[in-house]
Amino acid sequence: MKRIVTATVINQSGVLNRITGLMTKRQFNIESITVGHTETEGISKMTFVVNVDGDGKIEQLIKQLNKQIDVLKVSDITDQAIVVRELALIKVISNAQIRSEISGIIEPFRASIIDVSRESITVQVTGNSDKIEAILDLLRPYGIKEMVRTGITAFPRGSQKSVTDLKQYSILN
Amino acid sequence: MSMRAKAKPEAEAVTEEVTGADVLIHSLKKENVEILFGYPGGAVLPLYDALYRSPIKHILSKHEQGSIHAAEGYARVSGKPGVVIATSGPGATNLVTGITDAMMDSLPLVIFTGQVASTVIGTDAFQEADIMGITAPITKHNYQVRDVQDLPRIIKEAFHIATTGRPGPVLVDIPKDVANQTISPDYDSTIHLPGYQPTFSPNILQIKKLADAVGQAKKPVILAGAGILHANAGKELLSFTEKNKIPVVNTLLGLGSYPGKHSLFLGMGGMHGTYTANMALYECDLLISIGARFDDRLTGNLAHFAKNAIVAHIDVDPAEIGKNVPTQIPIVSDAREALKKLIDVETETPDTEEWLNHLTENSKKYPLWKKVNTEEFLPQRVVELVHEHTKGDAIVTTDVGQHQMWAAQYYAFTDANRWVTSGGLGTMGFGFPAAVGAQLAFPEQTVVSLTGDGGFQMTLQELSTLQELNLPVKIVIMNNQSLGMVRQWQEAFYEERYSHSLIPVQPDFVKLGEAYGIKSYKVSTEEEANAVFEEAFSHRDPVLIDCRVSGKENVYPMIAPGKGLHQMIGVKP
Repeated sequence: MKRIVTATVINQSGVLNRITGLMTKRQFNIESITVGHTETEGISKMTFVVNVDGDGKIEQLIKQLNKQIDVLKVSDITDQAIVVRELALIKVISNAQIRSEISGIIEPFRASIIDVSRESITVQVTGNSDKIEAILDLLRPYGIKEMVRTGITAFPRGSQKSVTDLKQYSILN
Repeated sequence: MSMRAKAKPEAEAVTEEVTGADVLIHSLKKENVEILFGYPGGAVLPLYDALYRSPIKHILSKHEQGSIHAAEGYARVSGKPGVVIATSGPGATNLVTGITDAMMDSLPLVIFTGQVASTVIGTDAFQEADIMGITAPITKHNYQVRDVQDLPRIIKEAFHIATTGRPGPVLVDIPKDVANQTISPDYDSTIHLPGYQPTFSPNILQIKKLADAVGQAKKPVILAGAGILHANAGKELLSFTEKNKIPVVNTLLGLGSYPGKHSLFLGMGGMHGTYTANMALYECDLLISIGARFDDRLTGNLAHFAKNAIVAHIDVDPAEIGKNVPTQIPIVSDAREALKKLIDVETETPDTEEWLNHLTENSKKYPLWKKVNTEEFLPQRVVELVHEHTKGDAIVTTDVGQHQMWAAQYYAFTDANRWVTSGGLGTMGFGFPAAVGAQLAFPEQTVVSLTGDGGFQMTLQELSTLQELNLPVKIVIMNNQSLGMVRQWQEAFYEERYSHSLIPVQPDFVKLGEAYGIKSYKVSTEEEANAVFEEAFSHRDPVLIDCRVSGKENVYPMIAPGKGLHQMIGVKP
């Protein structure tokens, strides 16, 4: 099952290496990782999407991450109300004739064209992974020359549903 | 004139500013480090130069692996951190086996490695290795010092992390230029590690839950691991078990945490454990694991492990709980704190009489056995003889393999911190250098390095260290001219195809020992062994004894790979 895990870490050199190394050693399958600074200086936040076999595995992952000295907080936010975003840059084969056609296709996705050349245009789209898959499906027939995705970054919404059915991984039960 | 004119301001500067190397030595003194295990080299020359002016004792091994295993032996028996210094590149990489070993067996080590100068890091400079990257997965934590100002704080943190919570190795990598830089150090910085807050005391609700489970249990058993020894909780364990009449199984590394001759003691569990211990783990209705981590060599096939039991797991490391075995009562705590609270909680005492009778019957019916009425010189007898001649009061170190299992089965450890073995990693070559470290920790104790002929040859260069320090370590080689455990597995699972496990050609160990100035003997019978042991254990000199034991003996009983604890083979002759 796919889980979204965030880790707040002290921004020291080697932290990312340590954490990805830990996942490799313990055979956790990483789908994506994003890392960046937070509002606090010296503190970074990582968002992982991981594929795990069951609750036991995700609990183990969280505990192992928590064991790292430079890790301040780890949360599995999959089952919470969260804001999730991913950025994709998609270079599509296009000439002057079909440029406006593509423009029409991407408009409902609130994607934008950020580069144009004689043979291609580059589309920028942000959203959750489903949305990016959807726009990719539509653009694929035109021919995708190049594509990069950042992997998702996420955190909990400002307000959570009052009644939640959260899975607890606390060792205190 | 000009020299005199210069001298004064320089002298003043020296009183305020010191080098990174001096900071290291001063910090080690502040951490009460008495012994350093190390090997010099280019990148640590500044450190060694500072050491030259320091009273800290330095033990020069003959290979960095010797240093780190010695530090492990020292740490295991003394409970103090073992401190190791090695140079960059090959010096640092030679430590890797020992670091992994210490990580697996939770031994507190602080390791200082030299690194090439900051200016050339990343250029594949002479003797450069990415020791940070190499050791990230095998250390509790590691640091590279980028700024000499951070050095006092980093050393403080390194010792704190290595020795608190679940102990483990911490590596500090010091570039050569950082060791040479001068600063006015601040040794009084406080430790601020917001991401590292080990839990020491148990959650009281969970303790009560466990106490209730104890009260209701009919067939409870305690699995006591090395966590008992690290927490110094032997007394509490004894009183808890005696109060509630709960039997105890030790893990390999937990041996000595419970009196080996106690009526509630069932012996070691696992692959070569006793039948009684393993059946207790199989049949129990309440399993309380304390400071043990459910290694696969202990559990056998997990599908059959304690399958009808409520599992309670007390461990200082939360990540161990639920890792291998589903746990109903998790308790994150220091073993001693948890046991103290458990003893304090008012609870019903379980009625375990029937259970204990059943286990006693098992012990009588299925004791450990070895050949009788044989002319052969049995390796099991070597262990028993060492026990007799040391009156069971020696520190015993081993590598991995048959000799290790026989030592675990036949030495009957009764006291804490007398047993030094490579459990998790199973490192050949561990025992002899570890004995050197253990002897340095306790110069008055009798220290025996029980070793195999294979493992001994992996680190025997430390004979030179033994000679130099004249440490009274007794080296007992259980020589069966083979890699015994490999041979045993080839016999059992590979139709006796002994692919490269027999070692018919060996050095003359007696001459070898003598070459290092160490009294050495070869014995081929029990009678000879008795006489030589008598002599060897009567004086305070190092001794090497090459015991030519039967090459055909196997370790029994045994759980074959993939089998459950109840499927032991070789339970009876």
